Amino acid sequence: MADSPSWDLLADLQLLLRFHFMQNAFVVGTLVAVLAGAVGYFVVLRGQSFAAHMLSQVGFPGAAAAVFLHVPPLVGLAAFCSAGALGVGVLGRRLDAGNRLESAVVGSILAFSLGLGLLFFRLYAGSVQAVYAFLFGTILGISDRDVAATAVTTVVCLVVLAAIARPLVFASVDPDVADARGVPVRAISIAFLLLAALAVAVTVQIVGTLLIFALLVAPAACALQLTARPTRGLALTVVLSLLFTWTGLAVAYFTIYPVGFFITTLAFGVYVVIRSAKAMSGRSVGEPA
Amino acid sequence: MLRWVAEPDASSRAHPVIEEAAGLERAGVSLGGRWIWRGVDLTVTTGEFVAILGPNGAGKSTLLKALLGVVPLTEGDARIFGKPVRRGNDEVGYLPQRRRFDPDLRIRAVDLVRLGLDGARWGVPLPSWMARSRAKSDQVDAVIHLVGAQAYAHRPIGELSGGEQQRVLIAQALVSGARMLALDEPLDSLDLSNQQSISALVRDICQQQGVTVLLVAHDVNPILPFIDRVVYAANGQLVSGRPEEVIRTETLSRLYGAPVEVLRTSDGRVVVVGQHEPVTYHAHPDDI
Repeated sequence: MADSPSWDLLADLQLLLRFHFMQNAFVVGTLVAVLAGAVGYFVVLRGQSFAAHMLSQVGFPGAAAAVFLHVPPLVGLAAFCSAGALGVGVLGRRLDAGNRLESAVVGSILAFSLGLGLLFFRLYAGSVQAVYAFLFGTILGISDRDVAATAVTTVVCLVVLAAIARPLVFASVDPDVADARGVPVRAISIAFLLLAALAVAVTVQIVGTLLIFALLVAPAACALQLTARPTRGLALTVVLSLLFTWTGLAVAYFTIYPVGFFITTLAFGVYVVIRSAKAMSGRSVGEPA
Repeated sequence: MLRWVAEPDASSRAHPVIEEAAGLERAGVSLGGRWIWRGVDLTVTTGEFVAILGPNGAGKSTLLKALLGVVPLTEGDARIFGKPVRRGNDEVGYLPQRRRFDPDLRIRAVDLVRLGLDGARWGVPLPSWMARSRAKSDQVDAVIHLVGAQAYAHRPIGELSGGEQQRVLIAQALVSGARMLALDEPLDSLDLSNQQSISALVRDICQQQGVTVLLVAHDVNPILPFIDRVVYAANGQLVSGRPEEVIRTETLSRLYGAPVEVLRTSDGRVVVVGQHEPVTYHAHPDDI
């Protein structure tokens, strides 16, 4: 094959970015990695992985509906994910009460959205390939318009996230005291779910609705194992997210296998290595010498 | 109707100037259509150590939350240091009733204390090399020192023991420069030695820093030697006075409207017995 990687990394990079679609994939991948990483840090800190899972599944009927109605998939993704976020935010009232009510609401919305996805899948007469891309992500077919929309979404989300970052940490780890100190805990948790919805909507483009956890949860889960400092944890999450995405895209380009597989495998592999290393070091510390 | 207000006993105070730290006037809170308590008049003097006692569901936590401005009064007025209560008041530190922190919560104790200082402000924290950020770090270090939590301040909060977590949370409550602490069952779920050491810490903060303390307790005994005053909540009312005035068979029997006996053991501990009738006038006692 002409497109086989060598040990000359610069040459590889040139090879990798030779085509426009691959440049688009890298730009979107980078934006998505930063946003999903940053949002994911708070998802894991808040213990809202299940809610994030629901948002990603809601994205599937969203994208299918958008194709069916001839609007850009990103619009459908963003609309459905935001609606799902509002549903959880408004119905799952006591986020601090052990997430029990929230889990029930999330489960209900999740099932409904998958049902809707099934319906739109039937109504949708186009190629199965497009639906497959929503489910598992792709590095092909990311248009210039997608790049622009992703860039705008990412920047807006990151600005809002930076604005609410500190009270969000407070409300996440210590909601009762945050409330007494004047933090609008409920408004912040709804705002955060909306941010997560938009992050999911753009991330789905690369890794798909089924594999989104690789970028939304795994990097933060790894980082939080390694550090309990908020700023450091957030930075490490974004770095890992970029690492997984770039490596996944590059390997996928040089092979015939899908990008989603490589990103998820890398993310899971790093997480397992970290947990094993911690378990082993914990054991050796715990035992008397 | 049984209700009376014991005026603060000026002669027993070391402070010559008596300033009101917290005040309630004809105050009442109704939640879900039921009065938790009403018609309450209460004055807490600056520097007092006040124990808030009473059965489950009597509105002890609601009293703290009303003074924090978290639960609005349905009627009457509430003041803190002469001003109407409001959320986010730096002068009041709060330690809510809670379960322990999740063991997997990955945030350091020092970060949690820092959130008590500026966690309600929008935006991201300033970088640590900037002078204003440094000043805040110093403030956090000072309060961690005050509660004696230096040894474990940089470990994740979930890994700390119950007693260590309470010290960190007291530091968090104090860090904004609070002149009053509202502590909701800080001794709950601690073993006896930790109950004693946390009680002694709170007493020291009260006596040495002049911080007014309102402490909700299930059991008065660990703090009995330290307290200036008791607020006893039961039957929709609050009774306030010196411990020996309130924790008496006659007073509590009148308050409960049922025979209650206060026994004193030879080592000075008190036991309240005879509460055969459970207090059932609130639907969610845990939420009060």
